[in-house]
Amino acid sequence: MNGLQAAWAIARKDLRTELRTKESINAAASFALVILVLFSFAFDLGREELYAISGGLLWLVYSFAGALIVNRGFAREVPNDCLDVLLASPAPAWALFLGKAVSAFFLLVIVEAISLPVFGLFYNIRWTQNLGSLVLVILLATWGITVVGTAFSAVTVNVRLRELMLPVLLYPVLIPLLIGAMGTTTALFGGETLAGENASPLRLLIGFDAIYTALAVYLIEFVLIV
Amino acid sequence: MREKATYVLGLLAALVMIFNLHTVFTQLPDEAMQGAVYRIIFIHVPAAINADIFFTCALVSAILFLATKNFLWDSVTVSCVEVGAMLTLLNLVTGSIWGRNQWGVWWAWDLRMTGQLMCFLLYMGYLLVRPAISEPTQRATMSSIISIFAYADIPLVLMAIRLPNVRTQHPGPVLETGTLAPEFRAPFAIGILAMFLISSALVLVRLHQESAQREIDSLRRELHAR
Repeated sequence: MNGLQAAWAIARKDLRTELRTKESINAAASFALVILVLFSFAFDLGREELYAISGGLLWLVYSFAGALIVNRGFAREVPNDCLDVLLASPAPAWALFLGKAVSAFFLLVIVEAISLPVFGLFYNIRWTQNLGSLVLVILLATWGITVVGTAFSAVTVNVRLRELMLPVLLYPVLIPLLIGAMGTTTALFGGETLAGENASPLRLLIGFDAIYTALAVYLIEFVLIV
Repeated sequence: MREKATYVLGLLAALVMIFNLHTVFTQLPDEAMQGAVYRIIFIHVPAAINADIFFTCALVSAILFLATKNFLWDSVTVSCVEVGAMLTLLNLVTGSIWGRNQWGVWWAWDLRMTGQLMCFLLYMGYLLVRPAISEPTQRATMSSIISIFAYADIPLVLMAIRLPNVRTQHPGPVLETGTLAPEFRAPFAIGILAMFLISSALVLVRLHQESAQREIDSLRRELHAR
């Protein structure tokens, strides 16, 4: 079994476990819906102002839900020394990391797919125009969140107050990704395309994903095998 | 011997800083448009430059720790991050004071100050997570990983805050455009040197503390082993 096959096996294992219990998905989706409701009380804006902040609102919701999903990544392997067993297996450390990141990615995409129509409903935002571009931006930014989140999930697996420390580490690093995602999403909701001024944030998303995927894959061995 | 070097360096740094502050406050005229408050630039900009220097040193020492597993490099990393974070905070506070005087607001979300704030948040994560890891090797390894991730984010943050929708009120760079008046250049350069010397002395003090802490930890382990 090569590394990619091992990564896919680990991703399938995590996805199968999660889809049977639906613990993380239910919790993250419910949390996302609660945040959407809370924001609706916080802001009382006209249509134009709402469109101006729509991308920011949506990505705040997604990033909060993402932190819940990635927090479970390596933490679920701690009971019964499952993490030690995985590390002792022939699968390389980067395959273990990629598998966890891929499963977190799919779970977060599911939560985002549930939240997006609700977001459109509550805030009266038309999100179906430019749907292809919107999906591209969501997938790119979600991969960035899950890659960095899974890496920090591995870093904080044995840290005291893990659930508190993970967001403290995660959100500052995600700032450039979220700025890019918020900007492009707001533009797409407003009827613009990904050309012209909106190409720069898209390049930022791609650059962020490339840099942090490479960094995480290279450094994860130091994190897991201390 | 190391303590003597630290004292000598600290004394030299203090003398240079006192000399420079004397020059800035008594020899230099008020600036034509800003009045007396422009003098804050002799603290504000050197703090930012030196913070960048020490964060870069932290990156290099983090990589060296991962490569060699020598705890001296971990001590250098934590010392440089602490001093860098302190300098960044000094930069933010002096920038706020200047902004209040010149722009009428304590904070304006302009490009440079936002970038500095993001740096501060990135390294605050490092400083918060580090004490939460009890085992020394794990603590050093995880801290090094976090330091590398944080530094990799800095160019992405700078790229993100330059996107079209971000305001840029901050004065332009004076070193590259050469708009600093000739009589200000020497005190400016000496200010950078003085702050570097003071920060280096602080790093040496912190290194000494880390070395003493490692010795205490090893004696404690030896005692428990008996």
